[in-house]
Amino acid sequence: MALDKSEVEKIAHLARLHISDAEADEVTNRITDILALIDQMQSVNTEGVEPLAHPLDVVQRLRPDVVTEENQREVLQNLAPATEDGLFLVPRVIE
Amino acid sequence: MEWETVIGLEVHVQLNTQSKLFSGSATQFGAEPNTQANIFDLALPGTLPVLNELALAKAVRFGLAINAEIGKRSVFDRKNYFYPDLPKGYQVSQLDFPTVGKGELTIVMDDGSEKVIGVTRAHMEEDAGKSLHEDFHGMSGIDLNRAGTPLLEIVSEPDLRSAKEAVAYLKKLHSIIRYLDISDAIMAQGSMRCDANVSIRPKGETEFGTRTEIKNINSFRFVEKAINYEVQRQQDVLEDGGRIVQETRLYDSERDETRSMRSKEVANDYRYFPEPDLLPVVIDDAYIEAIRADLPELPDEKKARFMSEFGLNDYDAGVLVASREMAEYFEKVVEIGGDAKLAANWVSSELQGLLNKNDWDISDCPIEAERLGSLIARIKDDTISGKIAKTVFEAMLEDSASVDNIIESKGLKQVTDSGAIEALVDEVIQNNPDQVQQFKDGKEQVLGFLVGQAMKLSQGKANPGQVNKLLREKMQ
Amino acid sequence: MIEKTVAELSAALAAGEISSVELTQAYLDRIKQYNQSLNAYITVCEEEAIAQARAADEARAKGENSPLLGIPLAQKDIFCTEGVTTTCGSRMLENFISPYDATVVERLNKAGAVMLGKTNMDEFAMGSSNETSYFGPVRNPWDVKRVPGGSSGGSASAVAADLCAIATGTDTGGSIRQPAAFCGITGFKPSYGRVSRWGMIAFASSLDQAGPIAKSAEDAALMMNVIAGLDEKDSTSIDRPVEDYAASLNDSLDGLRIGIPKQHFAEGLNAEVEQSIRDALAEYEKLGATITEIDLPNNHLSVSAYYVVAPAEASANLSRYDGVRYGYRCDNPADLEDMYKRTRSEGFGDEVKRRIMVGTYALSAGFYDAYYRKAQQIRRLIKQDFNEAFKQVDVIIGPTSPHTAFELGAKTDPVTMYLEDIYTIAVNLAGLPGISIPAAPAGGLPTGLHIVGNDFAEAKVLNVAHQLQRNTDWHKQKPAGLGQEA
Repeated sequence: MALDKSEVEKIAHLARLHISDAEADEVTNRITDILALIDQMQSVNTEGVEPLAHPLDVVQRLRPDVVTEENQREVLQNLAPATEDGLFLVPRVIE
Repeated sequence: MEWETVIGLEVHVQLNTQSKLFSGSATQFGAEPNTQANIFDLALPGTLPVLNELALAKAVRFGLAINAEIGKRSVFDRKNYFYPDLPKGYQVSQLDFPTVGKGELTIVMDDGSEKVIGVTRAHMEEDAGKSLHEDFHGMSGIDLNRAGTPLLEIVSEPDLRSAKEAVAYLKKLHSIIRYLDISDAIMAQGSMRCDANVSIRPKGETEFGTRTEIKNINSFRFVEKAINYEVQRQQDVLEDGGRIVQETRLYDSERDETRSMRSKEVANDYRYFPEPDLLPVVIDDAYIEAIRADLPELPDEKKARFMSEFGLNDYDAGVLVASREMAEYFEKVVEIGGDAKLAANWVSSELQGLLNKNDWDISDCPIEAERLGSLIARIKDDTISGKIAKTVFEAMLEDSASVDNIIESKGLKQVTDSGAIEALVDEVIQNNPDQVQQFKDGKEQVLGFLVGQAMKLSQGKANPGQVNKLLREKMQ
Repeated sequence: MIEKTVAELSAALAAGEISSVELTQAYLDRIKQYNQSLNAYITVCEEEAIAQARAADEARAKGENSPLLGIPLAQKDIFCTEGVTTTCGSRMLENFISPYDATVVERLNKAGAVMLGKTNMDEFAMGSSNETSYFGPVRNPWDVKRVPGGSSGGSASAVAADLCAIATGTDTGGSIRQPAAFCGITGFKPSYGRVSRWGMIAFASSLDQAGPIAKSAEDAALMMNVIAGLDEKDSTSIDRPVEDYAASLNDSLDGLRIGIPKQHFAEGLNAEVEQSIRDALAEYEKLGATITEIDLPNNHLSVSAYYVVAPAEASANLSRYDGVRYGYRCDNPADLEDMYKRTRSEGFGDEVKRRIMVGTYALSAGFYDAYYRKAQQIRRLIKQDFNEAFKQVDVIIGPTSPHTAFELGAKTDPVTMYLEDIYTIAVNLAGLPGISIPAAPAGGLPTGLHIVGNDFAEAKVLNVAHQLQRNTDWHKQKPAGLGQEA
């Protein structure tokens, strides 16, 4: 399936990626090529085949409801680009 | 034109587990920012989720309480969107295979009519953190303590037809949740949150109108106000020949209005897919039955029992079971006081009045069930009269001593000593010769006056029955 | 000494022929000499390594002994290492110092291994040539004009050039096996769920699996004995007893049933590589194995299905890199959206962005059924093909890659690069164990023999690999000429 540039822009926005005008054609072509590869899947009839989400046929393990974690704020906030008063700072969130 | 309102509620409740849904971080309300957010909650690279068994059990517990289908195989999915309070860039939720499927609950309206409301599903998911919009040099602050707290999202069918029904449904849900002890369900703290999908249609129409979703409603009262506002707004729009836009609206309680959220309306595309870091959650009948066996008596059952066992009427029983704490308080009062009707009267009038006056929860009330029970026991064994009991009740507010101590120290004990009563009666006969004569002439009603005089003399402490009897004897 | 296997080094350490400090220093010296040309390491932990080596020597002096005690190894830079920069080959994590250890790292540390450093890799493990790394391409010690394969190219190059005794890798579509093939060494991908993924930076969660990159199958078994097994922190880690993988290495192959997929000996396979594979099969026949052709009818769809599943999972896994809590953040964001978009566009390389885009597209409204669901259905068909095959055979053998290592810059088109993993990808989709071991070189470059086992047949795969290595010396061949370069 061939993509057009507006679709590429829409996907880029969903993925929060910025695609410059200079890159747009190249990106669109590459992704179109990849989709062509992917579309080979359509050659096989999979009607009635149960999707396999996971290679193992096992079930979820459960964890007891116990608090195991201590406050590590200082260590963890050292990793952050911007913090203040124990909060992570980001450009203003508008609701 | 006559319109019909159609409402469906999406209620989020935080499950009251000690640790988070997928990590061992604490979930306490009100902690310092980011002190309850570990490497998983911050979505550090390489971290992975493991499901909290108690959160699952609590979700199943809810499902059983509303007679829902329980998903024996539930699957977690990723719901993808970017927001600074969502560290992974996706919320782990359940799309196609929720833990709780179709169920129902019954609401009772003020006129006593009942209505069954369908619950479409209840699924488990993670809560997000909080964005604090105070001005940090033009930036927002992010607190991730709440991120990963287990939530149960309970989705109703569009079965509600008025704001009042919506509130009744929400209160019933709240009551069940508190009985089950699966959530604190405190709306003001956000441990219970409600979004309302509201639409209107001409009466008789079977198709639904376009709906709006109202968010940010954080009290029962606001649910009613927000819905009423929105219904009126939609009606005005339609009657002016306008069209309802499907959108999310925010309720502003200060202005009592809903308004459209300004966020760009790029249609949300959450790109759900099965969460590959988690496996299907499979539970068997034995697991479900063990949880069923552990279910507490729920409000409807309790109400029926109060009516049959204690002879309470529908209304009183309904009031007493509305909250688990109130019902438990009442049962304790009955147990100690030994008189259910008296207990019901005291709890629903004196006590309820006190709570309302002070805006207290039952747990805030300085008069504990044990003491109110003793008070009733003292009425029943004639230690005090009902009237004196009100004095004692007032005193109990200030004094944490036992009921007997208060009666004793304030000298409120009913006078039953026949010598003392005889002296009282003699004094009354002596002071009221005219009335005594009237009685002797056959004017029976005067007896009441004379009894009243005796009681007054005793400052209410004399046993009215004994006074009555002795007066009659002496005047014969 | 540095060219020896872990098994040999362990014996030398136990015999007191060399100390771990001496051995560690020898590797550090060699890293200094060759890392500039090979670019195999992103981070070298000189001081920490010497300290760990000293601790290992002290432990040994107190009477402790275990196969990895004091053995200098390298960690792929996809594993979180406490206090050490963990980049995942990306600008996004260029300055990310992990506050915790991956389970694989923790277990190797506990076993007394010495971590020399963190190896280069394709960015977020997305690549088959190690050219997508933000830290520059890794070079193949057999010919520095050639790629080492990817994504675990740094680990493969380091092991092949004796810049460590053994290394860790991860394999999502062939990322351990293909570089092992290109570099003439042994790379083992265990069954999905056998090794914990905790602390291993996710590319595609349902496909990623950690494993050893080693100089022999025996060494791979020794590392597996340490890293395999249940981890409560990873829900997909399997609760199943771990065998002693070294114990069954010498089991006889008499009567072994080998299946060779006809699809893997078809068009596209280089003739010289095919000859090397057939020579190896002949060796197995000498050891008593029987060879049958098998059919994997849906194998040709594995690359297509993979390039839906892996990018879809990756698109979500990489959403956490938003510049809020750690990692790269763009300068002076104008607003929130600008922060997201520039942080991610500047922090990720082209291949990563491409895969995020493809994955986002495949999951977006209206396409889910045609792409994601369809791919998961094909995944089941592929798994069923293997299930059928393993009714007839014990292991499946073929080439790891259709050719030998190619030159840097030779494959610029993503789709051509994706087809690199045509023989290995189905194994990840099915969650099976697979190993690549050297077959006879072709044109002076290494070739890889791919051995695949049934679910959790790790011991069998390692046994089959080891027996070839006992009876041939292809795995002992070293890159010529590297020793003379400086």
